[in-house]
Amino acid sequence: MSDRSDILARVRGATGRTENSGPPPAPAYANHPLIPERARGTPADLAARFIDMATEAGATVDRVGSLAETGIAVARWLRNNDLPDDIVVAPDTSLDAAGWNEAAGLSVRRGAASDGDKVTVNSSVAGIAETGTVMVAGTPGTPYTLNFLPDTHIVVVHADDIVGGYEDAWAKLRPGLETGRDLPRTVTLITGPSRSSDIERIVTVGVHGPLRLHILLVGQANGEE
Amino acid sequence: MKTGSSLEFSRNAARAQADADLQAALEKLQRDTRTSRPAVTGRLPEFEDLRDRAVAIKNHTLAHLDHYLEQFEANVIDAGGKVHWCSDADGARETILQICRDADARTVGKGKSMVSEEIHLNDHLIENGLDVVETDLGEYILQLREETPSHVVMPAIHLKKEQIADTFREHHTTLDPDRPLDEPKHMTAEARTRLREKFLAADVGITGANMLIAETGSVVVVTNEGNGDLTQTLPRIHIVLATIEKAVPSIEDALSIVRILARSATGQEITCYTTFATGARRAGDLDGPEEFHVVLMDNGRTKLLESGFRDVLRCIRCGACQSACPVYGAVGGHAYGGVYGGPIGAVLTPALDGIDKAWTLPEASSFCGSCEAVCPMRIPLPDLMRRWREIAHREKLNKAATRRGLAIWAWAAKRPKLYRAGARFAVAALRLLGRRKGRFQSLPLAGGWTAMRDLPAPEGGTFVDRWHRERGA
Repeated sequence: MSDRSDILARVRGATGRTENSGPPPAPAYANHPLIPERARGTPADLAARFIDMATEAGATVDRVGSLAETGIAVARWLRNNDLPDDIVVAPDTSLDAAGWNEAAGLSVRRGAASDGDKVTVNSSVAGIAETGTVMVAGTPGTPYTLNFLPDTHIVVVHADDIVGGYEDAWAKLRPGLETGRDLPRTVTLITGPSRSSDIERIVTVGVHGPLRLHILLVGQANGEE
Repeated sequence: MKTGSSLEFSRNAARAQADADLQAALEKLQRDTRTSRPAVTGRLPEFEDLRDRAVAIKNHTLAHLDHYLEQFEANVIDAGGKVHWCSDADGARETILQICRDADARTVGKGKSMVSEEIHLNDHLIENGLDVVETDLGEYILQLREETPSHVVMPAIHLKKEQIADTFREHHTTLDPDRPLDEPKHMTAEARTRLREKFLAADVGITGANMLIAETGSVVVVTNEGNGDLTQTLPRIHIVLATIEKAVPSIEDALSIVRILARSATGQEITCYTTFATGARRAGDLDGPEEFHVVLMDNGRTKLLESGFRDVLRCIRCGACQSACPVYGAVGGHAYGGVYGGPIGAVLTPALDGIDKAWTLPEASSFCGSCEAVCPMRIPLPDLMRRWREIAHREKLNKAATRRGLAIWAWAAKRPKLYRAGARFAVAALRLLGRRKGRFQSLPLAGGWTAMRDLPAPEGGTFVDRWHRERGA
């Protein structure tokens, strides 16, 4: 405990606080959120911006009318891109009715990813228009490794779940949040495929995480034609 | 290129300027930075306001740091993790080694962490029998070459791809020696395969932290490659090594900083992966580490907190000051000797290593202000360098000739009439002597200055005379 009390004593000495100072009053900035203008708009605006920004970041976006068509759309996209049809799908019940049985040729396993898995499908918490970002949670139904081990990562995003800014996505996890235990163990903001510019500042994709990020957008945002 | 000591900055700099490969790499960095950062910040009209907000967030946190650290600790424990407080580098190294030993660990995968460089963690773990692998592509290359990072976010910026290809051929001996390694994509693919084995074999994953969120006990790790995520999820044990100033109060505060971090660092809107991890694997989880440790280190931060250097604790290690600095652009990061090069190094290294070991670094600036202009956290870097110069001068660390010159100047400057008369005389004399060529190629007592450039002969009178004339005073 001695390093702990030493460090805290030094911090308090430097800041003029004592053990009894208690929590500080809320800072003035906390009452004035600063969300960029580009995170605002009608649901249809935000869906369009989400697609634009995700594409700019190197993701591909495909759309299906309903969840039941997902399996067929995944199979078609994999075939068109000469990718393997052995896929690992998150165990999450939200993906149960995605029409896997109707998708001819797909071989589906439900679970976490392990090394050697080439294609995974995960569900998401939200799509974020601001930067074309997908928010995924690491939970028993949506294991964290699904996002990082495969060469090709497919994420299902419901058009209804597209929000403007990062804060709007986190607001979905806020209700009932009192301590960190109430959050999913991991929450990850994913923007495009894995990349590096470590060699001569030349961008290469697929360094450790996926080489491809494919977003399957399900349904229509309110007001979309 | 080997790193010389900070005190040998001049010699290191001369060597760097003679290195054509390094010069080409630095030129490219500066050229890229001049376009990429303005392009991405220009697209976000709120960028300047976000900088102000980030400054306010960090200032508030630092002013109440004890509270936020205790809150962070309580939340980590509540989520099934452990927090280890360490006053210095020794304590942190021993704590991490002990966690590895308690787990019978043999191999360690590491995410990119400047703090781990600061405490020479790898050397310590390797000396004690552990197999340690850097997983960030740039850091992996440097580990093979036994070099240190030369930039905070682009650690291998000083290398050409041909040098990296040679390094891969030398170390990846089981592969076909004639395989193509001409392009970065070849080397990236090779490193991916090689490092994937290491990720899977690692018993312990060590990462740094970009932020520590007090309200939830979450640790934020930002990467482009995804190596930070594989490092923190595949091994049985995840150790986070972070210094105390990484705390922020809330998730929303972290998000404000996320908005300026990548834009300042690499000119991206946001990095590919921003992960908020809270505690160890939970009931029902199919993956994730069984143990989650946070090593919370001081290592000089509390000293900075109580000194006139508190502002530097706002630093989020984006490297924007390095990319923008003309001095860094001329000599690269290694010339600075310490772990951090460029303006941030010129302020931090004297604090971490002692001003007696690094007084040369704050001297290596023309105070052009580029660093402060791009710093997302608005750290007054030139001011802080000036402060170090004052301290070095007071402690008589700088050259005796400099101190004598300054003493003479100060004596005269305190006597304005004498000073102005002297200046008028000097200007008139120089004008007369230089009237033929218009410049001086050498001058007595100023040989160091004229060795590199000519001094133009003065035209007109002194500044003060002209000021009075034009202001009509």
